[in-house]
Amino acid sequence: MVLQQLGLQHFLALSAILFSVGLFGVISRRNSIAILLGVELMLNAANINLIAFQRYLAPPAGLNLVLDGQIFALIVITLAACEAAVGLAIILNVYRVLRTTTADEVSLLKW
Amino acid sequence: MVSPFFENLAWLIPLLPLLACGVLIGWGVKLHRKIGDRVALIAVAGIAIPCVIAWGILASRVSQTFGAPHEAGTHGESARETIEGPEPFEMAVEWAPLGPLSPAVLSPVTRDLSPAFDGRLKVGLRIDNLTAAMLAMITLVAMLIQIYSIGYMHGDERYPRFFAYMSLFCFSMLLLVLAGSFLVLFAGWELVGLCSYLLIGFWFQKPSAASAAKKAFIVNRVGDFGFLIGIMIIFFHVPSLDIRAALAAAGTAAFPPHWVAIAGACLFTGAIGKSAQFPLHVWLPDAMEGPTPVSALIHAATMVAAGVYMVARISTLYVVPQVAELEVFAGLTSLEIVRYIGIITAVLAGTIGIAQNDIKRVLAYSTVSQLGFMMFALGMGMAGWVAGVFHLLTHAFFKALLFLGSGSVIHGCGGEQDMTKMGGLRKAMPTTFWTFLMGTLALTGVPLFWAGFWSKDEIMAASWAVDQPVFWLGEFAAFCTALYMGRLMFLTFAGDHPRDHSIHAHESPKVMTVPLTILAVFSVGLGWLGMPGDHNLMHHFLGSSAPQIAEHAEHAVAGGAINIAGIEFEIVPLCVSVMAAGLGWLLAAVIWGWKLVDVPRLKQAVPPIAWAHNVLKNKYFFDEIYHATFVRGTLALAAGCGLFDKYVVDGIVNLVGWATTRVFAGLARLADTWIVDGLVNLIAEAQKLAGRFAAMLQTGRVQHYIAFSALIAALIAAAIYVLGGHWI
Repeated sequence: MVLQQLGLQHFLALSAILFSVGLFGVISRRNSIAILLGVELMLNAANINLIAFQRYLAPPAGLNLVLDGQIFALIVITLAACEAAVGLAIILNVYRVLRTTTADEVSLLKW
Repeated sequence: MVSPFFENLAWLIPLLPLLACGVLIGWGVKLHRKIGDRVALIAVAGIAIPCVIAWGILASRVSQTFGAPHEAGTHGESARETIEGPEPFEMAVEWAPLGPLSPAVLSPVTRDLSPAFDGRLKVGLRIDNLTAAMLAMITLVAMLIQIYSIGYMHGDERYPRFFAYMSLFCFSMLLLVLAGSFLVLFAGWELVGLCSYLLIGFWFQKPSAASAAKKAFIVNRVGDFGFLIGIMIIFFHVPSLDIRAALAAAGTAAFPPHWVAIAGACLFTGAIGKSAQFPLHVWLPDAMEGPTPVSALIHAATMVAAGVYMVARISTLYVVPQVAELEVFAGLTSLEIVRYIGIITAVLAGTIGIAQNDIKRVLAYSTVSQLGFMMFALGMGMAGWVAGVFHLLTHAFFKALLFLGSGSVIHGCGGEQDMTKMGGLRKAMPTTFWTFLMGTLALTGVPLFWAGFWSKDEIMAASWAVDQPVFWLGEFAAFCTALYMGRLMFLTFAGDHPRDHSIHAHESPKVMTVPLTILAVFSVGLGWLGMPGDHNLMHHFLGSSAPQIAEHAEHAVAGGAINIAGIEFEIVPLCVSVMAAGLGWLLAAVIWGWKLVDVPRLKQAVPPIAWAHNVLKNKYFFDEIYHATFVRGTLALAAGCGLFDKYVVDGIVNLVGWATTRVFAGLARLADTWIVDGLVNLIAEAQKLAGRFAAMLQTGRVQHYIAFSALIAALIAAAIYVLGGHWI
């Protein structure tokens, strides 16, 4: 019943809120790890979008079940895991060298 | 009827000397190296053939004049009729088709009256009896002078060039004499001036010769200016340059008398310059700086004769009835101007001649004086016309003789020209002496045998009839002539040996003495043609060329009509003339021949004589006066103009230039600084500002970039939302 009342726009709104929160985190946080967290949020907001569009807007395909959106979301999750691994590794290494994880202070490559 | 064989060859007369001149200028030096002095034969041939033609023409015209049926007017009462001779021979080629004249260049009357000028400019020859006589005289005298020059100029560095110039001189003069139109006349007139410049300055390495040449040329320019104006006046009224048309139109409605008189006076200005008349006579004595044959040619046959000939040719302008009474200048008619200028010249030059020591200068002043005689003869109108031309012809022969004789004397004395150093040349140079004596007797007007007597006496007789004061002045000039010529003879030839012992006189070569002899024969014989009597050959022959205005004869024609029998015989002028000549010779003999008077002591005793001698020796200070006024004045004017140019004109130019550079440079600088540089700087500044702004975006913080990107993306999204996505 409740599910019946949920429309695409609700998902999109959630996705937008999540994305905005993530974006805000990426922009405003100084800690690299927190930025990484923001990026994860944004990626997952996109995942919600992908699945929602698949669910509501994909044309009915008869007997053949089409799950393009869901599969794309899985790929994004995989990618996010890789990204998190690489990002954390970079952050760890940066920390080892510079003794900080604050993004502002990591400016060796700047200019 | 004699065939006009020689007349048809008339065009050769001026052309052959020109050809000779061209050959001598082109190849003269080379030929001279190859064949020596024989190169001069080109020039001699160039004048000898025209001489033959000219005498042929003269002979044919003489036979036509005297063989003609109308013998009326040769006897008694009918002697005052107009004389008719053979028709003038004319030959013309079209030179330049000018097209119809614009009415604006013609006088108002002429415009309405006649389309006389057909727009074709013709050049041509015209031969009447006067021309024929002049041609014969010029070619013969010039030929003899050329032959004489072969000897005289021997050894000169520029031998061929001399003959080239002499030939050019002959060409110019013959062209002038043959001219049928004022255009050709003027061309010849100017060419004569040019040749005189070239020949007087032939020895231009002498500064005196160079300046004498310049003087002759410049003084002549003064006269030519008036001459040209006269021609313009005639063309303006007559619309034709043809001499006969101009003379025919004189006094008609198209060419009113007062303009005729002014034109005549203007043309006479040219004659004043060319024939060395009173205010402009100063160039002729200086022309003695040229080689002596040149002096002979200028004084006898060519240059100075040109002015007299021209005046004779256009006499109609002076004597047409209304003009003869019209006062042109200072209450004088144009005819009287001619007469008085002539007599002033005759007296002035005659007196100056007495005090000169240079043998050629004495002769030069005698020439000026004789030209004065001719002019005042022409200035007496019809009465003196034939006499003036007659004197021109006889004078040409004996003056050429005298000059060539003086050249022979100078040649024999090794270049010495000062008479006071000569003496006793009679024995050393017999041929020169005898021929010179003939010329002198002719010039001084010794009666009966010599040409000068007949022609001069005729002038005197005419002036006796027309203007008595002029007659007495003329007799005084004649007395002076005898005096200075006697002085010249006694100083040069009398005695036993030269006063200056450095002179070793010797007779000149045959090539120089033979022309002298021939000229001497003419100096004696020519006068007989003009003997007064029932049938005066000169009058009959020349009379047909005299102004033909018989139809107006009832009006006051100045001096009456031409008289075939010559001037009526008068005993008074004859006696006075003889006495004047005799007195002159006597005084000369007393002072310089028998030395009865000691001149230096006389001068000491009587101061006025010393004073007069000083004035005459310095030629009335004409050169000094001209130098102080005209030369200095011109120089001062030039200096003034120079200063004006330097400070005023240049100043204005410089000021304008300075101002221009200042103003324009300033403007250009402003434009450059503010507009050009401004634009460039503006672009640069804009770039800089844009760069600063753009640099601000690059903070180096990834988060800023992301924020930006997000903001832009949000903006784009908003835009799409608002605009409905259609604009993409």
